[in-house]
Amino acid sequence: MTMTKAVARRLLELLIVFFGVTFLIYAAVYALPGDPVASLAGNHPLPQNVMESLRSKYHLDEPLWQQYLNYLNDLLHLDFGTTFAGESVSSEMASRWPVTVALATTAWLFELLIGIGLGAIAAVKRGTWIDKGILTGTVLLSAIPVFVVGVTCQLVLGIKWHLFPIAGATEGWPRAYFLPAFVIAVFGLAAVSRLTRESMINSLNSDYIRAAKARGLPPGSLLGKHVMRNSMIPTVTFLATDLGYLLGGAVVVEGIFNLPGIGNLLFTSIRTQQGPTVVGIATALILIFLVTSVMVDLIQAALDPRTRGA
Amino acid sequence: MTALLDPAEALDLRLPPRTLVRTLRRKPGFMIPATVLLVLFIVSLFPGWAAGFFGHADPRACDLLNSAAAPSPGHPFGRDVQGCDVYANVIYGTRTSIAIGFLTTTLAALTAAIAGTIAGSVPGLVDSFFSRIMDICLGFPFLLGAIVMLSTIRQRNVVSVSVILAIFAWPMMARLVRSSVRSVRALDYVAAGRLMGISAWRLSTRYVLANSIAPLVVVATTTVGAIIVAESSLTYLGAGLQPPTISWGLQLARAQSSFQLHPHLLIFPATFLAITVLSIITLGDSLRAALDPRQEHA
Repeated sequence: MTMTKAVARRLLELLIVFFGVTFLIYAAVYALPGDPVASLAGNHPLPQNVMESLRSKYHLDEPLWQQYLNYLNDLLHLDFGTTFAGESVSSEMASRWPVTVALATTAWLFELLIGIGLGAIAAVKRGTWIDKGILTGTVLLSAIPVFVVGVTCQLVLGIKWHLFPIAGATEGWPRAYFLPAFVIAVFGLAAVSRLTRESMINSLNSDYIRAAKARGLPPGSLLGKHVMRNSMIPTVTFLATDLGYLLGGAVVVEGIFNLPGIGNLLFTSIRTQQGPTVVGIATALILIFLVTSVMVDLIQAALDPRTRGA
Repeated sequence: MTALLDPAEALDLRLPPRTLVRTLRRKPGFMIPATVLLVLFIVSLFPGWAAGFFGHADPRACDLLNSAAAPSPGHPFGRDVQGCDVYANVIYGTRTSIAIGFLTTTLAALTAAIAGTIAGSVPGLVDSFFSRIMDICLGFPFLLGAIVMLSTIRQRNVVSVSVILAIFAWPMMARLVRSSVRSVRALDYVAAGRLMGISAWRLSTRYVLANSIAPLVVVATTTVGAIIVAESSLTYLGAGLQPPTISWGLQLARAQSSFQLHPHLLIFPATFLAITVLSIITLGDSLRAALDPRQEHA
């Protein structure tokens, strides 16, 4: 399949998923039974003409498909609704992006470095207790929910040992983000290290490595240059598609560590039961997830022609 | 029967049941989690009996004078902020978590088996239709999708939370069933069955689905664990179950504000949660290894 065809196909799929996802959200949230205008009035029924003017002001008198198109139009103009306080959700989100991006990037780096490192050690020492220990340890950590790991780290590393701040981002990038990012990364370690291990063992057993060994390459450059580079493809693919999880993890972790990011905004909106804000933020995050996963696919298709097919 | 009609040759996934049981029984990686889960299962069937071990069976019998009391005889896990017995609450929470895990997975696996078989059996328009629906449901990151849907419903109890989680859990499994149905349908014994004049329904259920179900069983096992984690995370965030339901997620959410002073409120529900999920994941792993020996040890 040529690159153009692959791109066209992927974009078409994105379009279908985009309409499907937005329509599901729209149907779940805005097409609920009940009359918003009547509930606005409370116990005293509004006069008929006031009701009608309110309905036409908020486009509630239009047919369902027209309302859905209005909603899509709002989304495309980055309008994700209004909070109860009257602020627009996107302006609330705008100031919080840097924190979430910094957190997600740090977590991603941890996952990459620790996961690949552990996987490489397990592959080189395969069959020994080190290998088994890494496997068991990472699976154990991934079985515990993120918030349990988070709160435990807060208790032990933050309060008992005073190693890290337990809440807030006032101490700036490395220190305030270290613990939360590590907590998010912990969950992905099992998958990353296992993928790295398997594909490294595959390349360690391959003929070209045997040939390189026979040529007398020093073990350091053998592992670094020849084994690692060829076995990184599945791991990097996994890490690239991991974004949806990072965003979900950020919600919980930003809540626990009180980092003022998008996730924290979502967390507090859920806790204070601000339905429209919750839906607005989550919709924005879901759309970001969709767009990035398509971009990852396209980059991958450009790099590796084998993935261009179905 | 000739080798032509024998599906085991081509699939490698179907060992005779007795061999499977014998293989599994020798594996500590299967027996230990299976025993733990059996105990948890019995506990969740008879929570009143299990909670009564230390003489305080009622999770809602609370004594505010003993708020957040440390573990003591009669209250091995201590009491929570409202003075309720933590042990009894953890036991009743087991029932909630296991119920949600199994209900969601059953709903999702049934939907997946039906949709996956139809999509895998009828190529063309029907297949694309089902595949696009799967794509759309997978377009939601799990936690965020569940947050949106859960924030729109009024009654958040075990059943409604399970249904919402199932909406986002079935497409993964359906994709799996679809691809294994497709590969089984290409086998000779299915063609032979069709030539023998077996009805499409019987062919799909007895010949194709029965032989493509093994991967689904493995994935469904680990899904139970993932669902229990997802439920407790959502409940912890405040988007999942609501009081008066008793659940580990709610206990942990309440524990967070006072865990610096009373760590026992956090430790016991968290330990139960972790042990349950770990057992399920280990069980799924050893099932996978037993059903598909090729994957063991790369």
